[in-house]
Amino acid sequence: MQDAILAMLAKEPSHGYDLGLRLRRALGPLGGSMNAGQVYVTLARLEKAGLVVHERSAGSPDRPDRKVYALTDAGHERVTAWLAEVNRPKPDLVEFHLKLAAASASRLADPVELVDVQRRELLRRLAEAQRAVLAEPEGSTGGLLLEGVALRLEADLRWLEACERVWSRRAEA
Amino acid sequence: MNVLQVRDLTKRHGHKHGLVRAVDGVDLDVPAGQLLAVTGPSGCGKSTLLHLLGGLERPTSGQVWLAGQRVDTAGERALARLRRRSVGFVFQSFHLVEELTAAENVELPVLLAGGSPRAARRRAGQLLDQVGLAHRARRQPWRLSGGERQRVAVARALANEPLVVLADEPTGNLDTAATNEVLRLFADLRAMGQTVVLVTHDARVAATADRLISMRDGVFVDDAWLGGPAGRLGDLFAMGD
Repeated sequence: MQDAILAMLAKEPSHGYDLGLRLRRALGPLGGSMNAGQVYVTLARLEKAGLVVHERSAGSPDRPDRKVYALTDAGHERVTAWLAEVNRPKPDLVEFHLKLAAASASRLADPVELVDVQRRELLRRLAEAQRAVLAEPEGSTGGLLLEGVALRLEADLRWLEACERVWSRRAEA
Repeated sequence: MNVLQVRDLTKRHGHKHGLVRAVDGVDLDVPAGQLLAVTGPSGCGKSTLLHLLGGLERPTSGQVWLAGQRVDTAGERALARLRRRSVGFVFQSFHLVEELTAAENVELPVLLAGGSPRAARRRAGQLLDQVGLAHRARRQPWRLSGGERQRVAVARALANEPLVVLADEPTGNLDTAATNEVLRLFADLRAMGQTVVLVTHDARVAATADRLISMRDGVFVDDAWLGGPAGRLGDLFAMGD
């Protein structure tokens, strides 16, 4: 969540309320489960850590004064590092999804390239799992656990294929 | 040394929507002893690529060398000889001769390449033993399980000590246990230094290779080395929860 908010701020300074909306939109149907207060708590933490700063914007009569948050240099560095890092040891679907959305919106990275890097990492792990599966005698209980590991990695890889299809189509559009 | 070398290889197929480039200008070097997997969605051109490598189809343009010998421009006789002696094919649907026993299926390519019946019998016995099917030698294919049939097909592919084994979806008709049987066999071949190119849409099969090429729309979109250091299982168990 922290990284996703920072990445959204990399595009342009924003109100907490707008950030909440953008996060919810990026999360799609899952966005409904997000607590609105979370964004403000996170922004306060990020400010304390020196990654964002805020300015008060003049409110209109129907809208009170609001804080507009912007990235500091340190915040910018952290976003760049986050986008470049391969998700491990466990790929978190929500985080990776938000990373792709943020990369595309901020234009700091190409979502399709992020998918490629992630796919290589998963394939490397699947290769290790498969080597271990094949080293086990058929029908052993140890092999059963490895089978589960391999099946999950396979599912993640299929999801990445779907990510690649959608994001490369968007890049062409 | 590269067993296979491919330069700017292109194959176009006529299609109702006009010409389709099944393979669109790819370059590839396969060093001796490599287990290479080519993967991608159906229609990406991976099977066509395999056919071009083995001289089953001729390219529209570009070059293919097998151990320094030009494949794409070879005459029909040279090509037939090359397919018989230098390349071993393994197919999804086994392509065994149902009227013959497992041993006779493996003997056949040796005989067709001019080997004596005695040499053929010896070679078949040795290969069936190697794929763990010495006890099934006298059975006909319909009396074998799917995994056993494909292992016979692999033994047959090895009959003439080919420079390269080309396998097209070799586990496509098999369940998980049988798939693992065949993958173990490929791992053995690799350990013996046999060059193998296998085409698959199955990520788990592809992940057993040393190197993985991903194809989309006739081009290579990724070329990744998977044969990293083994034994990092601690890492694996943290996955996916």
